[in-house]
Amino acid sequence: MEGADLAGKILYPWLMLVLGLILLPSAFGVNLGISEVYLKILVKTLEWATIRIEKGGRKESILNPASVGIIERDESPMEKGLSGLRGRDFELSDVFYFSKKGLEAIVEDEVTQRFSSEELMSWNLLTRTNINFHYISVRLTLVWVLGVLVRYCVLLPLRFTLAFIGISLLVVGTTLVGQLPASSLRNRLSKLVHLTCCRICVRAFSGTIHYHNKQYRPQNGGICVANHTSPIDVLILTTDGCYAMVGQVHGGLMGIIQRAMVKSCPHVWFERSEVKDRHLVTKRLKEHIADKKKLPILIFPEGTCINNTSVMMFKKGSFEIGGTIHPVAIKYNPQFGDAFWNSCKYNMVSHLLRMMTSWAIVCDVWYMPPMTREEGEDAAQFANRVKSAIAIQGGLTELPWDGGLKRAKVKDTFREEQQKNYSKMIVGNGSLNSKSD
Amino acid sequence: MGSLSSRAAVIPDVDSIRRETGFSQACLLRLHHRFQALDRDNKGYLSRMDLQQIGALAVNPLGDRIIDSFFPDRSQRVDFSGFVRVLAHFRPTEEDSEIRDPNKPEPLNSRMNKLRFAFQLYDLDGDGKISWKEMLQVLRLMVGVQVTEEQLESITDRTVQEADEDGDGAVSFLEFAKSLEKMDVEQKMSIRILK
Repeated sequence: MEGADLAGKILYPWLMLVLGLILLPSAFGVNLGISEVYLKILVKTLEWATIRIEKGGRKESILNPASVGIIERDESPMEKGLSGLRGRDFELSDVFYFSKKGLEAIVEDEVTQRFSSEELMSWNLLTRTNINFHYISVRLTLVWVLGVLVRYCVLLPLRFTLAFIGISLLVVGTTLVGQLPASSLRNRLSKLVHLTCCRICVRAFSGTIHYHNKQYRPQNGGICVANHTSPIDVLILTTDGCYAMVGQVHGGLMGIIQRAMVKSCPHVWFERSEVKDRHLVTKRLKEHIADKKKLPILIFPEGTCINNTSVMMFKKGSFEIGGTIHPVAIKYNPQFGDAFWNSCKYNMVSHLLRMMTSWAIVCDVWYMPPMTREEGEDAAQFANRVKSAIAIQGGLTELPWDGGLKRAKVKDTFREEQQKNYSKMIVGNGSLNSKSD
Repeated sequence: MGSLSSRAAVIPDVDSIRRETGFSQACLLRLHHRFQALDRDNKGYLSRMDLQQIGALAVNPLGDRIIDSFFPDRSQRVDFSGFVRVLAHFRPTEEDSEIRDPNKPEPLNSRMNKLRFAFQLYDLDGDGKISWKEMLQVLRLMVGVQVTEEQLESITDRTVQEADEDGDGAVSFLEFAKSLEKMDVEQKMSIRILK
């Protein structure tokens, strides 16, 4: 039939092209440099677009970068803020200080802004980032329309094909490899399958990754920790080495992938019920790293996705297991595409689709020298040390808050701190006999 | 994409909000963006839970009272105009350069209105008077378990005595304003939003 014939004619060379330019090089780890050329063109176009906007927007004020903040802050401590010039007693006006601080927090707090995508200095021709940029000229609109066409009609089908091939190859490959008896041949084949499929999947996002300090790549028998921005983080790291992953067993597509992967390589998947039992989790992880031949475990101690401008509290559970910690810092370039998964607003599938319709995913990965827990340091302090190291390396700010604030409330113990400070002021000195010392 | 005015059209009743609160268009856009970020489930309004999840507010000793000020009359939802109306109390007064028209209602960020906002943080039942009990309760909120009941009661006694002029054992708004007449309210209760 004519229709089928035509479809075949289009599909056949398309698939051949995909095979030759992308699949085969991925299998051999060869980089043809196509992505570099694409990115160069992209950067030039975006620079041009930025200049157009700045020309047109000279009358309007320029957007402040998110790090400067939107309100003028007076960061004086509580004593000064409460006009502590004299030995303090309670005054009716004390309420001014607290209400001002409270309203400031409502207008802007350093945690909530981490759970929404980073604001850009200049527009990157994606509607989703066009919060504060305005319509400038016909030419810019035309370029934007062209961009939409390219992204949705050319890049998206390509990426979709790649993702499909990548995942199917992974499932089929790992199942096949899993049939072999445990041996070094099996490990090597499993590594080959994992790496090839990950490279294909990374191409599916037009990902360009720069790895720094490859000499510190995590070794067997260690634990790799990294900051978490998106489920893609896993893909980014496994493209350069194999890891044993830790996580909950999911249903659906993720479940199929998980079950396939574990056939050829000992990943650690937990049932939902087991996750609550911290001792069980720790025990299984300890067993895994005790075997020095096993792949390094990959853990994201923040526990949730943060928007890649800062690093939040690392949960100390991963640092209690012992062993060598290999920190890794991941920083995405937001100009080409927003990698942050806002799990409150989007589910996994829409997130992946948004990533596939961005320009590209460009990121830097820094491997860092291994760290171990020192004498007299408890797990929480060790976790903070590692967190600082990762924040400094990746150029991210450091926050002491818990990423769990995305969904849960703050613990009451933090409020007690503030209450203690205030009480000391109005009771500690002054006319009353205080017994509360 | 669109021009500035069509973006502002996303905010319902933007013109009346602008007149009522005195915020500029750019400020309102920023605040609307913030409102949407706080509204995690895209409901179109904020609930108490949304505000309680702000870490820095939850550790504030007066956090609950501040949250209550957004929900007057036992309501459980606050929409954008209600949100901005409360924030307007903290707009700096020196931003208003024009002479105030005595026929227009008092702007939300006048000294009196700022004092009224502070007053209603104390006035738990909203009857226009801060009773001795209410004062004690708010003090208890601010100090938690750190201070004994006797100490707190003596602080309350002293404060109410100092402010109460007509001897009814409660502090009315006028007495409250009088005791704070030397205080630089405008500076202490202002938040400047950078454009």
